Amino acid sequence: MKQHLVLRVVAKMLIPPILLFALYVQFHGDFGPGGGFQAGVIFAAAFILYALVFGLETARRVVPDRLVHTAMAVGLLIFAGVGFAGLLLGGNYLNYSVLAENQKAGQHLGITLIEFGVGTTVVAVMITIFFAFAGRSARMSDEDW
Amino acid sequence: MILQHLPALQIVVPLVAAPICLLLRRGDLAWGLTLIVSWAALAIAVMLLHAVITGGVISYELGDWAPPWGIEYRIDAANAFVLLIVSGISAVVLPYARASVASEIEESKHSLFYTAYLLCLTGLLGVAITGDAFNLFVFLEITSLATYVLVAMGAGRDRRALTAAFTYLVMGTIGATFFVIGVGLLYMVTGTLNMADLALRIADLGDNRTVLVAFAFLVVGLGLKLALFPLHLWLPNAYAYAPSVVSVFIAATSTKVAVYALLRFLFTIFGLEFSVEALTLTYVFLPLAIAGMFAASTVAIFQVDIKRMLAYSSVAQLGYMVLGVSFGNVTGLTATILHLFNHALIKGGLFMALGCVVYRCGSASIDEMRGLGRQMPLTMAAFVIGGLSLIGIPLTVGFISKWYLILGALEAGWWPVAVLIVATSLLAVLYIGRVVEVAYLQPAPEGRVVTEAPRSMLIPMWVLIVANIYFGIDASLTTSVAGTAARALIGGTP
Repeated sequence: MKQHLVLRVVAKMLIPPILLFALYVQFHGDFGPGGGFQAGVIFAAAFILYALVFGLETARRVVPDRLVHTAMAVGLLIFAGVGFAGLLLGGNYLNYSVLAENQKAGQHLGITLIEFGVGTTVVAVMITIFFAFAGRSARMSDEDW
Repeated sequence: MILQHLPALQIVVPLVAAPICLLLRRGDLAWGLTLIVSWAALAIAVMLLHAVITGGVISYELGDWAPPWGIEYRIDAANAFVLLIVSGISAVVLPYARASVASEIEESKHSLFYTAYLLCLTGLLGVAITGDAFNLFVFLEITSLATYVLVAMGAGRDRRALTAAFTYLVMGTIGATFFVIGVGLLYMVTGTLNMADLALRIADLGDNRTVLVAFAFLVVGLGLKLALFPLHLWLPNAYAYAPSVVSVFIAATSTKVAVYALLRFLFTIFGLEFSVEALTLTYVFLPLAIAGMFAASTVAIFQVDIKRMLAYSSVAQLGYMVLGVSFGNVTGLTATILHLFNHALIKGGLFMALGCVVYRCGSASIDEMRGLGRQMPLTMAAFVIGGLSLIGIPLTVGFISKWYLILGALEAGWWPVAVLIVATSLLAVLYIGRVVEVAYLQPAPEGRVVTEAPRSMLIPMWVLIVANIYFGIDASLTTSVAGTAARALIGGTP
């Protein structure tokens, strides 16, 4: 896409606000509409736009597969880890109230961490799905079926 | 403290192990972790079953949100038994998996394989343990998505695994959609998703058209998931082309869990008093079950790929389970629950034997079985015993299942059905006998020299085969648990 100057400039201008908006949706999710799923998809959209305009290989250098795979696992571990923290602090699994000194602070902290875990995994999964489809090699030959 | 949190740990331990497997990257480490987790899950399931039998129903409130608002894990004898089946099979399959997976799936995908396997295990256990209708849907989807991946991994051996996985994906998604529409309609009229609460509110509603529609959607959705004839078309290819370990695991567990979910909806949520339930059992389930038993068994006789043959046989066996349900009495339901367990042992053992054949010969076609009785004596002996159990010869678990099924039929006053049950067993004699004939009476193909499968595969296989005989001779444990489970489902009080 070297010849598409307008696209490249506009993409460069758009990507930072997209990332910022994703973070807003992520961390405002406990007060208003939003949360980890939506934020994750928006965040990943920035990388997908980058990959569309600047090429898959460049995008893969920005977010290496290894990093994406790790993020996928870490997000789920954050989620499960918060659950275990509630369990170890004397509540049932996923009880947030026991995470801080009072119930309100605990619920707030719990849902923020959980949504962060969800967001991390969703970003990684979205990017992985895009890379997997975009990076597919040539069509299978008829003999392979 | 640990004891009190067992219901959560049952699900969370395999769930947490899955991303760790992904991080480990090395196949052997991932296998080790999966093995430990499976055994831990089995230990938890045994403790839960013991606690339920001695102390009654266990309720666990996730996040300390009281039901019906929060998600409740509710364990009675029925789902404790299903948890035991799933985790037990997983615990036996894992030692077997190492050699089989190494030979059928490329090295770089091993950690991904075990990640998907653990997610599948998590989902199956979750469907069994949860007392929340929507949570059940979520776990059903976790299971299904993981299974699509696992089936597709068979592409290393046979590219047709990809189309099999895709068909399964389409059919499974339709099933899941129907299911969630049904749950949505129930939520619309009752405002609750907790199963116990749903049961109370549906009983209060009386005749309500929305509930009827929900019932229809749920039955069709779960029918697809459990491969009720004629909604079974995804199953034969998925089982035949999946990696051997996956065939063993999903044949022994995943449709069983869907049968359990159907039982839960039919008997706990709607209840026998529900207006169309008795009609559905008699005029939908009974004919479909019998048609499935005959059609699938007949098709099985003509299969060239023996894995595919066993897959069709599974469809027929699911017909037996649905038949037990259709009687609408405790004995029939006991037979169904008993057969969940017994069929897991039978098909687990048989698919393991075929996994050994695939490991040595590269395929499980009938031509490949020629002369295997002499070249792989232990494997083929296991296949014969498993086959006898499938047919229902006395002293095997298959006999116990059929015995209870026939008792249930007679109790319902349907003696012709009892005759049909015996008749389909004869079809099983034909398709098992065909393999035995080829394996023992025909010479091995020129120049093929194969030896017995490695010990790590033989021992788990024989554990299941011996269990087939053990629980066939001393069925007091399984029948008493299944009876308790059936009464818990049908009678309300365990």
